[in-house]
This record gives sequence, C-alpha cells and structure tokens, in this order.
Amino acid sequence: MTTVETATGAAKTMVLNMGPQHPSTHGVLRILLELDGETVVKAVPDLGYLHTGIEKSCEDKTYSQAITLTDRMDYLNPLGNNLVYCLAVEKLLGLEVPKRAQYIRVMMVELQRISSHLVWLGTHAIDLGAMSVFLYCFREREEILKIFEMFSGQRMMTSYIRIGGVALDPPAGWRQAVQKFLNMMPTRVDEYETLLTQNPIWIGRTKGIGYISPQDAIALSMTGPTLRAAGVPYDNRKVFPYSSYEEFNFDVPTRTESDCYARYLIRVAEMRESLNIVRQAMERITDEGPVKAEAPGIIPPQREKMKTEMEALIYHFKIFTEGFSPQPGEAFVAVESPRGELGCFVASDGSPKPLRVHFRSPSFINLQALPKLIEGQLIADVVACIGTIDIVLGEVDR
Amino acid sequence: MTESSSQNANVVVETLRSWSPTAVAEVIEFRSETTVVVPRNLLRAAAERCRSDAKLQFNLLTDATCVDRYPIEPRFEVNYHLVSIPRKDRVRLQVRLTGQDPVVDSVVPVWPGANWLEREIFDLFGIRFNGHPDLRRILLPEDWEGHPLRKDFPVEGYRDVPSSGDLFKKSSML
Repeated sequence: MTTVETATGAAKTMVLNMGPQHPSTHGVLRILLELDGETVVKAVPDLGYLHTGIEKSCEDKTYSQAITLTDRMDYLNPLGNNLVYCLAVEKLLGLEVPKRAQYIRVMMVELQRISSHLVWLGTHAIDLGAMSVFLYCFREREEILKIFEMFSGQRMMTSYIRIGGVALDPPAGWRQAVQKFLNMMPTRVDEYETLLTQNPIWIGRTKGIGYISPQDAIALSMTGPTLRAAGVPYDNRKVFPYSSYEEFNFDVPTRTESDCYARYLIRVAEMRESLNIVRQAMERITDEGPVKAEAPGIIPPQREKMKTEMEALIYHFKIFTEGFSPQPGEAFVAVESPRGELGCFVASDGSPKPLRVHFRSPSFINLQALPKLIEGQLIADVVACIGTIDIVLGEVDR
Repeated sequence: MTESSSQNANVVVETLRSWSPTAVAEVIEFRSETTVVVPRNLLRAAAERCRSDAKLQFNLLTDATCVDRYPIEPRFEVNYHLVSIPRKDRVRLQVRLTGQDPVVDSVVPVWPGANWLEREIFDLFGIRFNGHPDLRRILLPEDWEGHPLRKDFPVEGYRDVPSSGDLFKKSSML
C-alpha cells in the first residue's frame, strides 16, 4: 500500500482514495488525495494496474511479430504506435520506405489523431457534465473506424503499418470514403464548438483550471497539446519531421493561457489541422505504386513471386520462421502522437529478436505533472485536470 | 541530415570535453544518432552542463531507459535521451554499470521529469539512483520479487507452470 505523508498535520486533513475504479480516470488509475476541506493539499498517483509487460514480451518475439503488441498500448492510437515502432526498426535496418507508403501512413495517423481527439473530447465533456457531446463525438469516430476497417480489416487493433511500408494496398473506393468524411467533418467540428466553446458552464469548469507554467512543463518533460497550450510550439512533425511531414503544409496551434480551456481549444484546432493534412495526403497518394520497400529477406515477397521464383519462396520461409537480423546498434525515433511525443527505442544485438524495445509513452510522462496541476485546487477540478492531460492507462502502464 | 547531425554531435562532444577532459569516455555514431558515453561519476555534472550550457541547451529530458546486455559486463547501459527545443537537436547520454554495483547518481535535480523514468528503471531493472527523492516501485506491486526486464528473469516469470509432460499426464487421466 502506498501511504501519503501528511503535509499540514494529521488533525486538519483527510486522505481520500480516488480510484482505481473511477469513471473519470479513463482506465485503472488510483490517486491518493490529501484534502483540507475541499482543497487538494497533496496528490500521489499510484499506477501499474494495467501493466502487462509489453516491453518484455517484445524481447521474446521477432521484429515483425512485436508490431501486434504495440497496437495494444495506446488503444486510442494504435496506428501511431505501429508507426513509431516500424520507424525505429527501419532506422535500425537503414530501410527506405516508398513515398506512396509514407503518404498512406501520414493519412492514417492523422485520421487516428482526429479519432483520438474525438474520444478525448467526448469523455472529457462527460466528466464535466456535458453528456450529449459524447454521442456526437462517437458518431464521427465510428466513420473513421469504418475507414480503418476498409483499409485493414480491423476497426481498432489494425496492425496496418508494417516494417518497410503498410500491410495492404488501399482498397477500391477508399478515395470516396475518405472524401465523404472530409466533406462532413468540418461542420461537425463546428457543431462541437457551438456546444462547448461559448458554454458558460464549460468555461466555468475549465478556464483558469490546471495552470502550469511553460518552464515547469518543460522541466517535467511534458509534451503534446499540454505543452503547446503553455506556449511552447514543440511538435515533432515540425521540429524533427518523419514520414515526409516536411512536405506538408500545416500549422501548429499554440496558446499561452495553459489552462484546461486552452488545451481544449488546442485539440479542436488540431482536429482541423489534421483534416487539412489528410486532404493533402490524399492528393499525394497515387493510384499505382509500391506500398512496401524492396528488401529481400526483410520484407515478405509478393504472393505471385513465391509461385514462380525459388528465392522468393526461401525468403518467405525464412522471414516467417527465423525473422531477420538487423546489425547491432540502437535507434530512437519520436513521433507526435495525439498525446505528445511518442518515442520508441530499439536495441539490436544482431539476433532476430530485439535486445530491448522501450516506448517513451507520453501519457506516462505527462501524468507525472498531475500533482503539479491539482495541488491547491478544488477536488472537483481534479477530474478536469485528469481529463485535460488526456491519458490512456494502457500506455501509462504498458 | 547525416552531416548536420555529426556537426551537432561535435558541439556536444567538444563542449563536454572542454569542460572536463574525462567527461566523454566514448562517442558512438550509428544511423545519424549520437551516443555520448559518460563516466558514471560525472553523469550528473555532465547532465547539468548539457542543460545549462548556452551552446547546448538540452532543456527537455524526453526519455530514460536501460538495456541489459547480460552476460556481458558491464551489463547495464542507462540511456538518457535529451532534446534541445531552442536548438532543435537530440543526443543520447549513456552510462554503463556493472551487475555487482548498479548504482548511479540521479538526474532528478537537473530535470525533475526524470523522477518517474528513473523509478521505472529501478522497478524493472533494479538500478538504484543516488539522490532520487522517491525511489519506489512504480509499475509492479511493492512486494514483487526481482526485476523482470533483466535478461536473467524468464519471460514467463517464476510462476509454477506445469511442464508439458505433466499436462499430457493429466489429460490422459481425464
């Protein structure tokens, strides 16, 4: 059991156990709150309830097998997890991914960003008492999941992004489906804004709540919308571009108020920017072209080739029995997930299984700043602050 | 890209060397990433230098993690991934530790964000950080025995799992 040291003396304060089962913690998170009346004196997060040892399991699988585990960390951003892992392994291998596959990746992760922000907006609003927003958000999220199902056969755990490219060629009719979504979505975002942006209750619950200074945010290694709401324009897509993001034209929204309301405005603005990126990516994706890199022995050969070429059959057999062995070394790649900087560190010792896979999960590190946000605030604001840093407990505990 | 990163690497290595000639034990360049290996006793001072030096400005500690190279000694490599937001640069600081004495100075006084990252390394690898304000397990229960990300910890854990022979015996009995 974790115990809390009393900061202001035992007689005045009481300790309240929030969670591990609490609807506003979005998973299984326990927070020990020391309260003086309704004011939080001290907060100690206690985590690990969803720890499944994904990093250890990765060490016992081949490089390609580990992709399916990455989906299950941040279950609102599975494509982003696939992407960062594949980018890290590709860096280890020195593999160049075809442009067409890179654009498909960009389009998919941006759709994923919108769907993740939709879940965030819906659940955050429900935490603060605005029930109907949730239904609207999940209606649009469903459309995005339908697009994912069309591309990969799966709604959530897609494992669509693979080492060297993506799993499959885009299906027939994908352009119409994505275009339909792009036509519909901007007015829907306006709809959410009419429900919330000027809503006096929403403003009362979020404005001026959960302030953190930019210096503190950087010192506590915060990234993502929370850091950008504090006025620091740090976005990996701009600062350290990957997967051809440097060719795209988009803005990084920032604000300076650094409260829950500013973070809400940032995420809504990011949804609009993501729509913009999806539109550009769609124009760049050609109808013909490879979706996987040409790398015998690493990328599985095409089915037709296996039936006519001896080498292709041997490679197929070797890749699926033994795997491939990158040269010894280490690679760290960071991408911008909906929650912040999602990093992947892969170390190879020259064997077909990774020596070490580590994920720098933004939820885990942003959660560290929670006590800073809520200490001195009212207990009702704790819910707003947990919601506003947008944690996914699957990723916090891995 | 490779050129600019090796220039940046030179900045880090030169600045650290000019501060203390022994501060850089080794420099590894791999896939346009720079790893600066720092002797254990100088880690915190070198980290402070990386953060505060006007030429480096590594103000964001983005990640800290460990690699276990068991049975090779020194088996542990603790990696700190640093980002300089103003200079748009990344570097990795590495410290090597032996299995007998897996202790290193904590960098929490330099970057407060290292707190949970070092707790995670302590929890999963059993590396102790001197001067850490709150060194407790973070992901595993407090009564857990061992450190599961060490290479000598079996993937399936230490639970009593019946061998396949036992299972066959049982199924033939049924």
